[in-house]
Amino acid sequence: MNDWVIETRNLKKIYKMGEVEVRALDGVDLNIERGSIVSIMGPSGSGKSTLMNLLGCLDRPTEGDYILDGVQVSQMNDDQLAAARNHMVGFVFQSFNLLSRQTALANVELPLRYGGITKGRKQKAIEALNSVGLGDRVTHRPTELSGGQQQRVAIARALINDPAIIMADEPTGNLDSKSGKEIMDLILSLNKTRKTTIIIVTHDQSIASQTQRIINLSDGKVVGEEVPA
Amino acid sequence: MNIGQAVIEALESLNANKMRSGLTILGIVIGVAAVIAMLAVGSGAQNTITGSISGLGSNLLFVFRGGNDDVRNPQPLTRGDAEAIADPFQAPSVALVAPYISSNLSVTFSGESINSSINGVTPEYLEVRNYSLLEGDFISEENILGRGSVAVIGVEVADKLFGHRDGLIGETLRIEGQPFRVIGVLTPRGGGAFGSEDNIVVIPFSTAQSRLIRRSSDRVDFILVQVISADLVNQASEEISQILRARHRTDLGADDFQIFSQQDFVATAQSITNVLTIFLGGIAAISLLVGGIGIMNIMLVSVTERTREIGLRKAIGARKRDILVQFLTESSLLSMFGGILGIGLGWSIAYIVGLIAAANNTELIPVVGLDAILLATIFSTAVGLFFGIYPANRAANLQPVEALRHE
Ligand SMILES: Nc1ncnc2c1ncn2[C@@H]1O[C@H](COP(=O)(O)OP(=O)(O)O)[C@@H](O)[C@H]1O
Ligand SMILES: [Mg+2]
Repeated sequence: MNDWVIETRNLKKIYKMGEVEVRALDGVDLNIERGSIVSIMGPSGSGKSTLMNLLGCLDRPTEGDYILDGVQVSQMNDDQLAAARNHMVGFVFQSFNLLSRQTALANVELPLRYGGITKGRKQKAIEALNSVGLGDRVTHRPTELSGGQQQRVAIARALINDPAIIMADEPTGNLDSKSGKEIMDLILSLNKTRKTTIIIVTHDQSIASQTQRIINLSDGKVVGEEVPA
Repeated sequence: MNIGQAVIEALESLNANKMRSGLTILGIVIGVAAVIAMLAVGSGAQNTITGSISGLGSNLLFVFRGGNDDVRNPQPLTRGDAEAIADPFQAPSVALVAPYISSNLSVTFSGESINSSINGVTPEYLEVRNYSLLEGDFISEENILGRGSVAVIGVEVADKLFGHRDGLIGETLRIEGQPFRVIGVLTPRGGGAFGSEDNIVVIPFSTAQSRLIRRSSDRVDFILVQVISADLVNQASEEISQILRARHRTDLGADDFQIFSQQDFVATAQSITNVLTIFLGGIAAISLLVGGIGIMNIMLVSVTERTREIGLRKAIGARKRDILVQFLTESSLLSMFGGILGIGLGWSIAYIVGLIAAANNTELIPVVGLDAILLATIFSTAVGLFFGIYPANRAANLQPVEALRHE
């Protein structure tokens, strides 16, 4: 028996632009195994970001079911979705999305604050920063960090609540190849050591090939899967 | 997130845009300062006016000519009326009666010239108005009978014409060119409800009437009546009314005179100054409203600028409520700081107004009441909350996906 952390059934996202319907996702059935690392590929406009948003509980599907870690997400209200994002999902964005006025520590702490955790936040945040190799940059602000370091802070922030999945949308897209490789190594090692399920959206075949499974999207549909050698 | 963290974050964010926050606060500061200063000056003026009226004495009645609006051709009050009121058989509650006429005329002494209030009175006036003398004597019965050219002067007149206040008995000053001999100097009274009570020259009623203030047929401006005791004021008023109704042959319910007690004056003055205070405060409140619109404006800009940040916060678990609280905290803090600084500024303005008034010999002590401070604090914070609601709601209702896509 398989242990799915993500199950989707006939997932659809349809945007109505006046008369025109855009079927950004058009019936996606997808199961992702707990602890695996998966990449999603496809041409621009194929629905990768839309799928990410749905899987990350940022948005609700027009139709279909989404079960995350055994919880039905598709019918949740805004506050329930916010709580789901806080506890079950960690995001890593292409453009880091750190609060520029806050220190690395405060940035990493933020999900704990919204989670209503009052005790031991600082300690947890420092541990998370240690685990991404930034234990000595705790009080730095994003402007005082390199791109690679900023993305590490973002990864520490994604990790802090021990989420069921980490969603990474082009996590190396804004980085030079050297720091891009370091970030990819970090993500892979997190998957290995912490058994966190990781979903990476990428254009880059060399990144996709480091994952266990590649899902190909086209026109809002899953058109193929491959397991890299 | 709890309120403490929300406040700290809001302070950080306001601190990051010092100039902008400062200017927004300034709008509220001006509004609150205006409200505080206006209320302070208004209630200070009220205190001064009611205080000086109260100084008249609670057993005093003023009798004026003229009734309510539908009474046509009211007859003037005359010395005859005054004498009738002074009759102890007709008006047993009346102690003293003092007819009064007055006009502003020029007073000169060896080249110096000023304008003063010339009061034509009888000897009773001294006691009725509670005057006392620095030196010399008041107008006497002989002065009245002989239409004497004598004057009792206030200290302001003494200061301005002679440069000193003593040794003036026997000096001769001129009123409208006519010589008057100084027989007394009044003790200073300060400013009052009826202007400076020190810039006056008191002369015999008969002299004033025949030579300076020519009123036809024994007319007087008003009659001052001292009642035997304060609790007989209503009774005395009734007695006076009866006498005047008979003498003026007025129709029933159509009195052509009015009688005011000290309480009547206080009540009238209070209602006037209340209207004044509300009017001034209202105008000031408009500027507070403008300050509030400034807050709304800047918060809207801030929400637009921070759309991505809002998206990110939502992505990591912020609920609508969290975002709402965050922005409302910022707008309330802006207006609260504005309120506190505004109270300080308004207080200073009121204080300065008091100093200026004092320098101009007007007794006006602005009063910054606790009620005004509370009102300003609550009102300004409410303004911040109210004008913050729309921008904060806008932020809270942003869709995370849209917000994150925002450039
Ligand atoms: N908010 C939206 N409104 C209308 N159409 C949208 C919206 N978001 C995405 N789409 C459309 O949905 C399709 C899939 O978009 P997206 O998921 O962003 O593709 P990808 O990330 O693979 O490039 C595209 O055709 C896009 O134009
Ligand atoms: Mg995309």
